[in-house]
Amino acid sequence: MDKRIDILKEEIKKKLNTTTDLAELDRVRVAMLGKKGAITALLKGMKDLNGEERKTFGAEVNRLKAYAAEKIDAKVNELNEKAIEIEIGLMPVFDVTTPPALERGSYHPITLSQRQCEAVFRSMGFTVEDYPEVVTDYECFESVNIPKHHPARDMQDTYYLENGQLLKSQTSAAQNAILRKYGKNLIENGVPIKAIFPGRCFRNEATDACHENTFFQMEGMMVDKDISISNLIYFMKTMLSEVFRRDIKVRLRPGFFPFVEPGFELDINCEICGGAGCPSCKHSGWLELCPCGMIHPNVLREGGIDPDKYTGFAFGLGLTRLAMMKYGVKDIRDLNSGNLKSLSQFTDDEN
Amino acid sequence: MFLSMNWISDFVDFTGLDKVDYIHKFSLATAEVENEIFFKGSDISGIVVAEIKSVEPHPDSKKLHLLKVDAGEAELTDVVCGAPNVRVGMKTAFAKVGAKIGEIEIAPRPLAGFMSCGMCCSEAEIGISDDNSGIMDITDDVANGTDLKDIYEIDDIIFEVDNKSLTNRPDLWGHYGIAREFAALTGRPLKPLDTADLEAYNALQKVDMKIEDPLCQRYSCLQVENIKRSVSPVNMRIRLFYCGMRGINFLADLTNYLMLEMGQPMHAFDSRKVGKIRIKRFDQPFVFRTLDGVDRKIDENTLMICNDNTPVAIAGIMGGLDSEIVEDTTTLTLESATFDAASIRKSTVRLAHRTDASMRYEKSLDPEMTVPAIARFLYLLQQYDGGVQVVSALTDEYAYHYPQVDLTFDKAFVDRYTGIEISSDTIVKTLESLGFAVSLNGDDFDVKVPSWRATKDVTMKADIIEEITRIYGYDNFDINTTRSPLYPVREDAVKSNEDKIKDILVKRYNLHEVHSYVWAYADEQKALGIPVEENIKLANATNPNIETIRRTMIPTQLCQVKTNVGYAPEFGIFEIGRVVEGVDSDNLCIEHKKLAVTLYSKTADIRDLYFRLRDMLAVIADDLKHLPLDYRTAEPAHSYEHPVNLNTVLLDGKTIGTLGIVHPVVSRKIDKKSSIVFAEIDMDAFASVKNASISYEEPSKFPPMDYDISVIVPTGVFFRDLKKCWENEGGGILKSTRIVDTYDTEHFHSVTIRFEFSSAERTLSSGEVQEIMNRVIENLKAIDVNLR
Repeated sequence: MDKRIDILKEEIKKKLNTTTDLAELDRVRVAMLGKKGAITALLKGMKDLNGEERKTFGAEVNRLKAYAAEKIDAKVNELNEKAIEIEIGLMPVFDVTTPPALERGSYHPITLSQRQCEAVFRSMGFTVEDYPEVVTDYECFESVNIPKHHPARDMQDTYYLENGQLLKSQTSAAQNAILRKYGKNLIENGVPIKAIFPGRCFRNEATDACHENTFFQMEGMMVDKDISISNLIYFMKTMLSEVFRRDIKVRLRPGFFPFVEPGFELDINCEICGGAGCPSCKHSGWLELCPCGMIHPNVLREGGIDPDKYTGFAFGLGLTRLAMMKYGVKDIRDLNSGNLKSLSQFTDDEN
Repeated sequence: MFLSMNWISDFVDFTGLDKVDYIHKFSLATAEVENEIFFKGSDISGIVVAEIKSVEPHPDSKKLHLLKVDAGEAELTDVVCGAPNVRVGMKTAFAKVGAKIGEIEIAPRPLAGFMSCGMCCSEAEIGISDDNSGIMDITDDVANGTDLKDIYEIDDIIFEVDNKSLTNRPDLWGHYGIAREFAALTGRPLKPLDTADLEAYNALQKVDMKIEDPLCQRYSCLQVENIKRSVSPVNMRIRLFYCGMRGINFLADLTNYLMLEMGQPMHAFDSRKVGKIRIKRFDQPFVFRTLDGVDRKIDENTLMICNDNTPVAIAGIMGGLDSEIVEDTTTLTLESATFDAASIRKSTVRLAHRTDASMRYEKSLDPEMTVPAIARFLYLLQQYDGGVQVVSALTDEYAYHYPQVDLTFDKAFVDRYTGIEISSDTIVKTLESLGFAVSLNGDDFDVKVPSWRATKDVTMKADIIEEITRIYGYDNFDINTTRSPLYPVREDAVKSNEDKIKDILVKRYNLHEVHSYVWAYADEQKALGIPVEENIKLANATNPNIETIRRTMIPTQLCQVKTNVGYAPEFGIFEIGRVVEGVDSDNLCIEHKKLAVTLYSKTADIRDLYFRLRDMLAVIADDLKHLPLDYRTAEPAHSYEHPVNLNTVLLDGKTIGTLGIVHPVVSRKIDKKSSIVFAEIDMDAFASVKNASISYEEPSKFPPMDYDISVIVPTGVFFRDLKKCWENEGGGILKSTRIVDTYDTEHFHSVTIRFEFSSAERTLSSGEVQEIMNRVIENLKAIDVNLR
């Protein structure tokens, strides 16, 4: 056996024992296994040997080469592991329990309530309609069966503008336009009208913690052949159960609203007391929630729809009241105040 | 309106039924009953009739008397009494020892040195009137010791119906109409009203009466005399009091009683003052004194009852002082009439005087009721005052007949409307119980609407549905979903943009959504030095501070910024709301939906704040439309706009809004050391721009190449000018440019622009990139932008 092999082997052993960093190790690898390395030189020198010798010597050198590669790799791994251990040891422990930086924007509580309602109605195939705030007498009253001198006009103190238009006192102002917008599709293609129309409404009245001259309603309607009172109750119960995320009990009482016949006041069972009676429900166990009813034939007719062929229901939800109930807002005036101390709390609400 | 179950029970037999239960049913079927039900008399017991046998003055008190009363017991009872009206022989209400009045239990007790074994009670103490002037004076012939509740209707159940829920039901403004509803609900018959036979007086002379105005629909009257009675029967007074009316005198009480019973207002004139009844309006306004002593201005639209040409009453509202019944009145004329409802309503509004009568007339009373009301009145009068004499024939002019309402429909109509099965038999029974005449032929119904429902309430088939279903009970409905076919629903662009913009501003930029009013805040704006801009006004605003509709939302928002100074050193608010920009050629308001955003900061540099807002807008445009925004320098149009850096914002070449800085005059008033920027975007204009689709580009497999240049940009040259220098030079390989650094000294403003080149087909050579860049640099030089 060639002494050179043993010498090199010893040298590798020695160097690997003393090497402590990866750069030095790389130099060892180059010195042994590189193009001009010692082991590579041995292999190059083999061309002078004869057949048998060359075969034996070649095998020896190759073993040495494999040995060197294996030892160096092992040392690389060892050093890498050590380096990672050191890195881990250097990582400080963070205090995960410190208060989080929660700076966030906020939605208006009406937006949150409105979105929840809209989601429920969209899921049942209703379109969401937008409508102006300044409307004509025809839109707000005449077209929804409230002719001039109708006592119902007294029930709503309307803000009139100098040009005879008015700030809509009820979302019903959109009914006629929606009936006309979708009526053709109903009559020609049998596509039922299913729409909700949230909007801001105005009443000329003094404001206090419970009264606002500017507030939000959301009205909805469905028109098709054979829409019945039974359907109305079904929809109201289903939708309100979704909106309130509980199984709602509904109760209908006759109510007089010119745009519906029959008209109803819809009550829901009081959640606060479970029906036993409490101050919130004035000890009745029921909360008056929304007016609803079968769309008055005159309203359908005015919207270009034949009331002998089609029927429909309509309902109105007080979005402002809903938001106040939901979030426990006590003073209605907070909603239009722009006061961020109150409004910034409504970051989002998935429920 | 308060209602008495005793009164209702005159007409419906409740034997074996729970009255309270039926009050709840009434609330669900007819009209809203207020939650509190009053159990009158339930807190009173042990009150008996007692006769005062002797009255001695109290030795030490001027007020007190020592009485011996006969309470129907073996011995007389000693009572110390402070009432002024005690007299021997008087019968009164006496609370015996052990009696209860509210929380008080009567016990023997010494009073000013003498034992008092009971208490003589006033009507107010028993709760049957508000008369507390003395003890009750019982004039009825009843035995001493009789429990008061055995002779008087002290026990009663009173419930209140919300008047608003009766707006459309003229027939429910009296107990009889209410009783009809209870009859329908219980399924028991409604007893007829006892009335006098008016035909018996046909031979007498008629009253001189003439309707001279179409606003009077019917006028019926009758003259009577020799009314001796002045105090009403106790039970009548109790009913009136429980229903919220004060007892006055027998005649006045009786007209009130009749109104509460039948819903028909009546009036009694002194026949000496009213001999020639004419119903008309006057051409000239004048002053008229009503019986409450108030002078009221009467105009040419107000219908009057007159004695020839002298007005004696405001029709349907109130009588006049001069024609009132007085002590020496011997003959009186009873009026029972109906008038045009809208006219009465308008008159009450003009006079600002609403009475129990006008409240009823406003609802369109049934003219068929005037004569039965007189017949009933006379019946009651004769019951309580035997000597009364009728001295005229019934005089009746029926000028306006409501048309008889007949409705026909079939069973299928009811089925379709209700969505449930209600049998024909039930339909017939229900309608008949409510007074409708029904004939059923196979599946076809012919219905005659009773007069009291036909004045406005029931006019069409859909009204019949309500009658059937409310009595059937909505709680008894099977509830079913619809069988309507399903179709896709597409969301409105404005609405969907609105939702997304809110999400971006809240979730990405931490802004706060606010709401505000649609009118300018005059006072608050004044404090900020922002005059209210001329615009359309509210015609009937009660508060001058909220009179003018806003043209822009920014002043409102600045007021809200002011509110929030101190909330945080930095915040941003936004709202999607409405403005009106004057009126169009048809004199209709030009309404726009706007997004308004305001950023306030005490810490940020105005430039940073401005760019923060600009970038928000850019992100909105990019997110929703995949399009860039463009800007055009604008001239200030509003007082709050800073003249520098005011920009019109354009999207796809269309003006969509404004971006600017708040004028220092205003911002200093909000907060001296702060920066405030604003933007207002027209939502409709924004929504009208069609969104570009995402243009996907396969990532290049070849390495990109960046080329940075630093140039000095002279004042007045904008980045968009620089852009023009390479817009047409990119040769398909210049993919993007961006500013990677800016460097400012006193003398120059320098920016470093990175040009990013890449090709999908090949590795780029530095030569071809250099060639492009040389041309770009040449172009830049041409506009005086040189390499640093």
